[in-house]
Amino acid sequence: MTATIDSPRSGKISPQYRRTGGTKGNFEMLAWLFMRLSGVVLVVLIFGHLFVNLLVGEGIHAIDFGFVAGKWADPFWQIWDLTMLWLAMLHGTNGVRTIINDYAEKDSTRLWLKIVLYAATTVIIVLGTLVIFTFNPCPVVDGVPLPGGFCPA
Amino acid sequence: MSAELAEPASKIELPAGVGGGGEIPTFDVTLRVRRYNPELSEDATWDDFKVTMYGTDRVLDALHKVKWEIDGSVSFRRSCAHGVCGSDAMRINGRNRLACKTLLKDLDTTKPITVEPIKGLPVEKDLIVDMEPFFQSFREVMPFLINKGHEPTKERLQSAEDRERFDDTTKCILCAACTSSCPVFWTDGQYFGPAAIVNAHRFIFDSRDDAGDMRLEILNDKEGVWRCRTTFNCSEACPRGIQVTQAIAEVKQAILSRKI
Repeated sequence: MTATIDSPRSGKISPQYRRTGGTKGNFEMLAWLFMRLSGVVLVVLIFGHLFVNLLVGEGIHAIDFGFVAGKWADPFWQIWDLTMLWLAMLHGTNGVRTIINDYAEKDSTRLWLKIVLYAATTVIIVLGTLVIFTFNPCPVVDGVPLPGGFCPA
Repeated sequence: MSAELAEPASKIELPAGVGGGGEIPTFDVTLRVRRYNPELSEDATWDDFKVTMYGTDRVLDALHKVKWEIDGSVSFRRSCAHGVCGSDAMRINGRNRLACKTLLKDLDTTKPITVEPIKGLPVEKDLIVDMEPFFQSFREVMPFLINKGHEPTKERLQSAEDRERFDDTTKCILCAACTSSCPVFWTDGQYFGPAAIVNAHRFIFDSRDDAGDMRLEILNDKEGVWRCRTTFNCSEACPRGIQVTQAIAEVKQAILSRKI
């Protein structure tokens, strides 16, 4: 199998190298900046989270449903966990987005991987936020507290 | 060996084992060259050439010996052959280098020395690649002085400190060793690449130039500086020792400080 050689083509560039119109806006710059800033904040949030959950007091042995219920009764920990959830999810999603951009070779592959990625991110962020704000330590159905709940005596 | 000496032997008595051009040690090396000829086959193959070389020889000398004495169809680019023109960047033992600046004695001569075309650009024949996409990126950053003021009657003066600011990036010889060592460029070739950013840096930080903002805007593209993953492949590959990754970081900072 032999190839036909094109005529001299000075100045011609094969399509795979041609940049299709630069997108206006600073999205890539903001994404780059977000990665650095959220990274710094996440180090504080995550190590704070690990310290409070695993080391303080009885440490890891104290973790149970009641421990989580107690934490989320406090708006401070609600905000802490909410910030951690959003930053970690967006940080991770942006990281995977750049990996897809770097490694996917076909536009269709890139599109589908990103659709899956964004769908997963949306579901997890929405679900997580919902849980943090609507968490009820004492679920009551038809006037009867469900077993396992922590109801005020 | 002494028969190859161009000059007559010295009349001065030298103790045995000292001096003399004929004493440069010779050794055998195997050159494993990536061959590709689209007129014969779609596939690239490896060809081994065994040559006897001197301790002062470079990879380019070995390639010359192969082309001139063994197989004239071996194709590669070279112009000055002394590390100035940047024509003969190639992947030698898996690293991008200039064949004319790589001494054979610095490589492991017990194993075959692999010589491939630089990666990420379309191969035309053997070690020759199509440099047009590379130069297109270079052209897009406008690598020339743009000055809005009046044309001075004498030369444009600049302080030594202002000149020092961009000294490192003036050394680029456009050999494409950096761009073709960049994994981001390998995948789709859309990224501007280190060389274009280095040459933009050379003018962005030049106190005599007025178009820095335009160049920063061009490199703020989604295929611009933000695709750099700081893997430092480019800094390692540069035969002129330019701190390429640092130059890219400085351009990133310049864009950030201008926007925010």
